[in-house]
Formats: sequence, C-alpha cells, structure tokens
Amino acid sequence: MAFELPKLEYAYDALEPHIDARTMEIHHTKHHAAYTNNLNGAVAGTELEGQSIEDLLANISKHSVAVRNNGGGFFNHNLFWTVMSPNGGGEPTGELAAAITKDFGSIDAFKEAFNKAAATRFGSGWAWLVKQADGKLVVSSTANQDNPLMDIADVKGTPILGLDVWEHAYYLHYQNRRPDYIGAFWNVINWDEVTRRFKV
Amino acid sequence: MNFELPKLPYALDALEPVISKQTMEFHYGKHHQAYVNNLNNLVKGTEFENADLETIVKKSEGGIFNNGAQVWNHTFYFMSFKPNGGGAPSGALAEAINASFGSFDKFKEEFSAAAATLFGSGWAWLVKKADGSLAIVKESNAGNPMRDGLTPILTCDVWEHAYYLDKQNLRPKYIEEFFSILDWDVISARY
Repeated sequence: MAFELPKLEYAYDALEPHIDARTMEIHHTKHHAAYTNNLNGAVAGTELEGQSIEDLLANISKHSVAVRNNGGGFFNHNLFWTVMSPNGGGEPTGELAAAITKDFGSIDAFKEAFNKAAATRFGSGWAWLVKQADGKLVVSSTANQDNPLMDIADVKGTPILGLDVWEHAYYLHYQNRRPDYIGAFWNVINWDEVTRRFKV
Repeated sequence: MNFELPKLPYALDALEPVISKQTMEFHYGKHHQAYVNNLNNLVKGTEFENADLETIVKKSEGGIFNNGAQVWNHTFYFMSFKPNGGGAPSGALAEAINASFGSFDKFKEEFSAAAATLFGSGWAWLVKKADGSLAIVKESNAGNPMRDGLTPILTCDVWEHAYYLDKQNLRPKYIEEFFSILDWDVISARY
C-alpha cells in the first residue's frame, strides 16, 4: 500500500501565534505531500514497495538517495505534526521527566542542549530527542531529512521529539530569526505524545 | 583585517518582481551581514585573522569556513544581478557555453536542473575548469567550487531563505526567473 499524507489532528491556524496558518498549510500540503508522493514514486515497482517506513529507514544505506531523502521527509514530518498540539507546552511529567532529569541533569539542561542542536544545525535539518537502544536519552541533530532511525545516523535510536529547522518551517513568520522559532516551539510541544513515544 | 558587507550596485527593490525588496532586506541585510559579522568574530586569534577571503574559503574548516564561504558566495551571487538583466552571454563565454553544453538553452536546462534538485540548502554553480571548459556543479550549504580548483562563473543560491518569502515551495519558478535578472557583462568578465 502506498504511503499516505496523514491528516493533522488540529487546524492549520491552531498553533498560532507560534506557528502561523500559512506556514502550516504550505508545509503540510506542499512539502510533506511532495515527500510522500516522491517516496511512493521512488519505491513503486521495486522490491521496496510494501515495506514499512521504519524498515526502509533502518536499511537506508542500501537504498537510493531518493528513498533516503523522501523517506526521511515522509517520516520526519509525520512525527513533527504529532509532537505538536494547540494544547501543548509546559513541561514533561512522570517517567519521561524522570528520564530527562537523569540523563541531562535537569529539564533546563535538556532544553538548552536541544535548543543548541536546533540553532547550530548549519543549513537544513532537524534536532532530535532520541531514545537509544539502552533506554538512554540523548539530543542529536541530522542534516536535511536524515533521522536517527537511519543506519547511517551518527546517533542512532528512536526519535521521540523532533524539530524541523529547514527554513521552510519558519521563514514566512520568523525569517532569519531561527532562535525565536525554536523558543516558540516549546509552547506547542505535545508532551503526552512525546511520552507515549518514549514508553513504546 | 575586518571583512565588510559589500555595497550593492542596485537598490534593494531593483530586482522586483523576481526578488522582492523584503527578500533583499533579509537576505543581504540580515543573512549576508550575519555571515560577515560571524566571520570577523571567528577569525580573531586564529591563523586566518589576517587572511584574505579567498584563502579562508580555500583553506579553512568548520565555522570559519561556513561563514567565510557564505560571505564569498553571497557577494558573488548579488553581484551577478542587475535590474532588467537577462538575455544571453556573448563573446568568449557564449562560445564556451556552446562548446561545453551544445547551446545556451541546453546550459540553462542543465543549470536549472542542478539548482532544482539540490536537496536541502546550497548553491548551483557554473564553473570553469583548468582546460577552459565549463561544467555545472552542486554544493551543499556553504560549499564553494574553488576548493576543488574550479573557477566560479555563476551561482544560484537555493537556500530556502533566497526565495521562500517570494515563491515559498516553488523553487523552480525562482530559478526560471533568476535568469531574467542576470548581468551577463559581469558574468562574462569572470570567464
């Protein structure tokens, strides 16, 4: 079955003023849709057709650049939309908060590490909170549409939070002020979903 | 020595409607300026403190390279434009384009394809090789072909900040219109 562009759980204007409706609409209906279509095109009629996105990413070093770029773009945006919510923000709680405190020293230290990863990614890419195979949480960043599920990633594991720092994610509203966009992201993080992904 | 943002030979609104004044204000006034400022701060106390920009582009790594090459690339990019530009080159560059690509249209097609398919942030380049022939190369992020011994003739910035306010996701439209503001006199002189 072909990959499908997911519907969002909230309206395009629901994350305003942190992320504006026009950015959300173009990001979802143009960028994410293009990755989805291109991924389907890249696997159609090949032995990869029918594989799950996770399986494709886990063996990405064996696949074409088109599968890497579009498979990453498809997965990353799927995750991105779910870790945001109009009712988001605040701080993580429970098990996730305990794990963050244990691995980073404090919630603030984690935020600082994540902000730095997002701000210093040169060019296009993503910042991640990653749960590694041994359960430890780390912050990483990847270029373009790569992600920690890929076998080529420097830091491998399960991404449980991701921030898109391609300029298309923020340029209409924040222009060159990427740090302002990163700061605003904390107001829309859906910690319930991040916690769910942490517990999987 | 302190690097400075170069003055442009045209007004910030002169390239409209291809590149808006707003885009120029951010791209030249903020991004290009930030690369200049960052470079000046980063080279202090390093072996590149008194180096010229070309040396920095060719020899440095990391943050100094990223900012230094972005200063060079943006200056090269902005200096390729003029209001009511466009058309086609003449003289030696036109002959070299015909020899290397078959025709100007073929060159345009190949250059546009390179710019459109560069994944992520970066630059598409027309370069001169040591033997005088021309080639098209793609460079990610701050990449610059001088590091490979090639001579840059023309570049198109395909970082999203170059076109997103004006064209959003429609990068191919930006690339198509880019040709209508080129100053082929300046570009030909580089060849």
